[in-house]
Amino acid sequence: MIDKNLTRRGVLGLGLGAGGAVLLGACGDSGPNEKVTGGGQNAAPAATSYDGPNVALAFWNGFTGGDGPFMKKLVDQFNTEHPNIKVSMNTYQWADYYQKTPAAVSTGNGPDVGVMHVDHVATNAARGVILPLEDLAKALNFKAEDFSPPVWNAGVYNNTRYAIPLDVHPLGFFYNKSVMEKGGLDPEKPPTNNDEYQAALEAMKAKGIQGDWVTPFEFTGSMQFQSLLWQFGGNLFDDQGTKALFAEQPGVQALTWMTDHIKNGYSPKNVAQDADLIALRNGKNAFNWNGIWTINTLKEDKNLEWGVAPLPQIGSQKAAWAGSHQFVQFKQKAKDDNKLAAGKVFINWISQHSIEWARGGQVPARAEIRNGADFKALPEQSAIGTQIDYLHFLPPKPGIADVMATMVTAINEAVLGRKEPAKALSDGAAKANQLLEQNAKKYGS
Amino acid sequence: MAAETALTRTPPVQAGEAGAGGRVRRTGPLTPYLFLLPYFVVFATFVLVPAVYGLWISLHDWDYLLPGKPFVGLDNYQALFDSSSAVYSFFWESMSATGIFTLLSVPLLLVVPLLLALLLNRSFKGRTIFRAIYFAPYVLGVAVIGVLWRFLLDPNLGVVNAILGAIGLPGDTPWTTALPWAWVTLVGVTVWWTLGFNAVIYLAGLQDIPRELYEAARIDGGGKWAEFRHVTLPGLRPVLLFVTVNTILVSANMFGQSYLITQGAPGTETRTAIMYIAQVGLSDYKMGSAAAMSYLLTACLLLISLVVFRLFREKDS
Repeated sequence: MIDKNLTRRGVLGLGLGAGGAVLLGACGDSGPNEKVTGGGQNAAPAATSYDGPNVALAFWNGFTGGDGPFMKKLVDQFNTEHPNIKVSMNTYQWADYYQKTPAAVSTGNGPDVGVMHVDHVATNAARGVILPLEDLAKALNFKAEDFSPPVWNAGVYNNTRYAIPLDVHPLGFFYNKSVMEKGGLDPEKPPTNNDEYQAALEAMKAKGIQGDWVTPFEFTGSMQFQSLLWQFGGNLFDDQGTKALFAEQPGVQALTWMTDHIKNGYSPKNVAQDADLIALRNGKNAFNWNGIWTINTLKEDKNLEWGVAPLPQIGSQKAAWAGSHQFVQFKQKAKDDNKLAAGKVFINWISQHSIEWARGGQVPARAEIRNGADFKALPEQSAIGTQIDYLHFLPPKPGIADVMATMVTAINEAVLGRKEPAKALSDGAAKANQLLEQNAKKYGS
Repeated sequence: MAAETALTRTPPVQAGEAGAGGRVRRTGPLTPYLFLLPYFVVFATFVLVPAVYGLWISLHDWDYLLPGKPFVGLDNYQALFDSSSAVYSFFWESMSATGIFTLLSVPLLLVVPLLLALLLNRSFKGRTIFRAIYFAPYVLGVAVIGVLWRFLLDPNLGVVNAILGAIGLPGDTPWTTALPWAWVTLVGVTVWWTLGFNAVIYLAGLQDIPRELYEAARIDGGGKWAEFRHVTLPGLRPVLLFVTVNTILVSANMFGQSYLITQGAPGTETRTAIMYIAQVGLSDYKMGSAAAMSYLLTACLLLISLVVFRLFREKDS
C-alpha cells in the first residue's frame, strides 16, 4: 500500500486489497468447517538469539515502492550481523502477494517469514496460511503499551496472536503552501477543525481556487470517509463484526461532508484516480487527505512548497484511518524448529531497528522507537505519528477485506453524484451484511 | 561404459513405440493417433482436466485452503438466478457490462479494420509504413495503454479535455468517471488498440483472392461496389468467420481496460464479468461460486459462437 506506483494503487483501488480498522473479540464456533487453528504448531521456543546450525530464510513482502530499498538495507544488515542466518528477500505487488502466498503455502513452497497488512491477518489465519506467534510475544514479553493498543490488538484472531506489528501508516493532511498563499491563507496554519476548514475553502473559492479535491476512489476517498465516520462517532461494523454500521447517521454525515465539497464548488466533479494528488503537485489543489506514503512522493518535487499535519478534527472526536504492516510466519510442509526460531530472531531484530524503516515513510509500531529522538527528527513522519492513539483498524474477521469493497462502491457512487449519500451507503451496507453472513458461514465464525 | 554397451548391444528389432511397428507402415492403425498424442497430452493437461475439475469445484463451497469443502450441489448456480442472493446483482451487472462492451466494440472492430485493410491493400507510396503505424498499438501491453489513456483522458487534468477546451468544445467531459462516456472511452481505446490485428488478418485474406475474379468483374461491367459485394466479401468469408468469432470472444473476455482505465467506475457499472469472477475467485477465495459464473459465461459464449457459425453457414447454402 505504500507505493508510488499508480498502476498498483489503481489495482488496489478496485477493492482487491486495503482497508482499515477496529477490534473485537473472537467468535463462537460451529460452522460447516471444523475450527481452523492456524494450521499447525509453532511451539518452538522463541529466542532473541539463534545459535543453531546455518539456516536460510525466505522473506516475502510487497514493498514495491520507495520503501523497498529501506527494507533491503535492513535485511542486508541483519545478514551481516547473523552469520548463521541468511535471509533472502522477494518482493511482489501486494495484489499478487495475497494470491501467491496462500497458493505457495498450500503446495509447500511458501516463504518462512512475510509481511501482511493487518486487515489480511485474520483471513490468512483462518485459512491456515500463517502460524500463531503467541510464544514470540511471550518470550519477548511484549505488551500492548509497547506498541499501541489498537495496532497491537489488531493482530489477534480467535484469541490467538498471529502477527507482530512493524509499523502503522495513517492518513495525514497534506497541503500545498503556495496554493494556500494564493488563496489568501496563512500557509503555516493549516485548518485544524471544521470551522477553520470551511473558512479556508470559502476563502480559496473566492480567489477562484477549488482547494480540496474529493476523490471517489478507494485511494484515498474511502480512507477519508472512514476517518470522518469515526470522527463523527460512527463505526464500520458492530463489535462482533456481524453487521455493517457505516450507513447510519455518522456515515451519512461523513459522506455528505465530502459530497458537499463538490456541491459548494470546493472540488471539481469527476476526480479520477490520483488526480487529487497530481493536482496538489501541479499547484491546482491545496488540501489532500492522503497516506503517509505520500511524503516520499512529494519529496521528489524539489520546488514544491508543502506541509503535512494530523487530520483536522471535523466531527466530535479525533480519529484517523490507518493501515499497518505486520510480520507473520508461514506454515511449512515440514516443521523446522531452527527456521522458526531464526525467523523469530529476524522479526524481533527488524522491529528493534525499525527507525530505519521509518525513514522510508512510516510510523514505527514500537513505542520506544516512536518516542525516541531519531523519530522526532523526521518532521513529516512524526507529525502524522502523533495520531497513534486514535487510529482505527478493521475487526479481525476472516474475509473482512472483501466486505469493504461494498463501502468503496458506495462512496464512488455518491461522490460521482449517481446516488444520494444515504441511499448509496444503505445499498452498500445491505450488500455488506449479505457478505458478512456468507463469510461467517464459510469460516465458521 | 554406456558407450560400451551401446556398441555391444544389438539394436532391438522392435522400436519402443507401442504398436507403431519398427518400419513405417502407411496404414498402421495407430499412427494417426500417435501423431495426435503429444498435442492431446498437452490439451488434456491444460484444458480438459482443469475444465472438468472446474465443474466439480462449482458444485462445492470451495476454498482450496479450508479443510471443509462442503458439497452444495447446484447452489452456486441457483444463487446466480436468485435475486435475493449476494452475488445476483453484482454478477448480472457485470454480465451486462460485458454485453454492452461486446455489442459496441464488435461491429466497430469488424468494419473499421476491413475498411482500413481495403485501403492498405491498394498500392501507393509508403504503404508499408502506414501498415506498421496502424498495427503499432497492438504490440503494446494492456497495462501500457491503460495507464496511458487514463492520464490522457483524466476529466480534470487530461490532455484530451485540455485540447477540446482550447478549440472551444466542452472541456469537462468525464471520460473515465461517468456513463455513457466511460463506455465511449473503453470502446474507443480498444478499437484504437486492437484494430491493427484484425486489419492484418483481413489483408492476408484480401491477398488470397484471385486477381482474375476482379478482372472478370470489370469485363462484366461491374462497378466498385459490385466488385466488393460479389468478389471481395465472398472471398473473405472464411476470414470473416474467424475474425467475427475471435473478436466476440476477445471482447467478451475484456478485463484489463476496465481494470486500469475506469476501475469499474462509476459504481461497478463498467466492471466486466471477467473482472468480477476474478475478484470472487482470486481475492474473496470463493472458487465454487466463481467457477459457476465462469461456466455460465462460457455457455453464453458457446451459444453465441454457434449462432455465428450458423449464420455463416446459411450464407453458403
